[in-house]
Amino acid sequence: MPELGKYADTVLSAYGASLTLLIGLVVWTLVRGRRVQSQLKEVEQRRRSDG
Amino acid sequence: MSIWEYANPTKFLRTSARVMPMLWVASAVLIIGGLIWGFFFTPDDYRQGSTVKIIYLHVPSALMAINAWFMMLVASLIWVIRRHHVSALAAKAAAPVGIVMTLIALITGAIWGQPMWGTWWAWDPRLTSFLVLFLFYLGYVALWEAIDNPDTAADLTSILCLVGSVFAVLSRYAVNFWNQGLHQGASLSLDKEENVADIFAYPLWTCMAGFILLFIVLVLYRTGTEIRQRRIQALVARERLEA
Repeated sequence: MPELGKYADTVLSAYGASLTLLIGLVVWTLVRGRRVQSQLKEVEQRRRSDG
Repeated sequence: MSIWEYANPTKFLRTSARVMPMLWVASAVLIIGGLIWGFFFTPDDYRQGSTVKIIYLHVPSALMAINAWFMMLVASLIWVIRRHHVSALAAKAAAPVGIVMTLIALITGAIWGQPMWGTWWAWDPRLTSFLVLFLFYLGYVALWEAIDNPDTAADLTSILCLVGSVFAVLSRYAVNFWNQGLHQGASLSLDKEENVADIFAYPLWTCMAGFILLFIVLVLYRTGTEIRQRRIQALVARERLEA
């Protein structure tokens, strides 16, 4: 860990907030994408089985 | 081969699925590498102390906040002129990414500003135009959600995007236009005098490249999701008609 001196809280809170938002965005994007993909598969299967 | 081939959703999904794994890896390597480089292996600034390390998040996110809007503008114009659904969906897909980038730029700016300027916020031209850009992003997403007909939503959000572009330009050039306020000029410039020192610039370029790739891969992935969502709606509507 580098010596951040008197601004340690400032730097760490900026990194904490930013990385939380970035990781949250990526996770949300992937989770939503997977959910929609499986929904589409379900609807397509239903239509195929209904003829 | 023409770029318009990618207006075909199937072609778009197939091509984006091929390039996305590379983009995910490259963006992760550049962002993680750039942040580790900047955080652990660069010295403190003689005036800003260790707060200079915030630059590796603030500048790339601000860059993408503005450029995401320009990408949305181009996609919206393509929708308006050529009526390609994929471009309208790409603009829609980019907006939440732009929101997060703008939010990171605003938050890191405020956190840095408190010890450096003595205030979290000032009604400075760049800060204010960035806040307005953030509100435009929120309005853009809200407008998409508020309108049921997707083509009407794409039309109206395209107009909003056009209007909001004024603030995207202002966010970028506010410092030059007014030459006043607290916010300093560009951190990276062709003018050597204005540029940050190389020791800070190299990890900063690395982070910027990573953020650009992350933006591209997120928009590709989210556009794919929007295309599939649209397909679900079409299939469900057809089922209702047949029932």
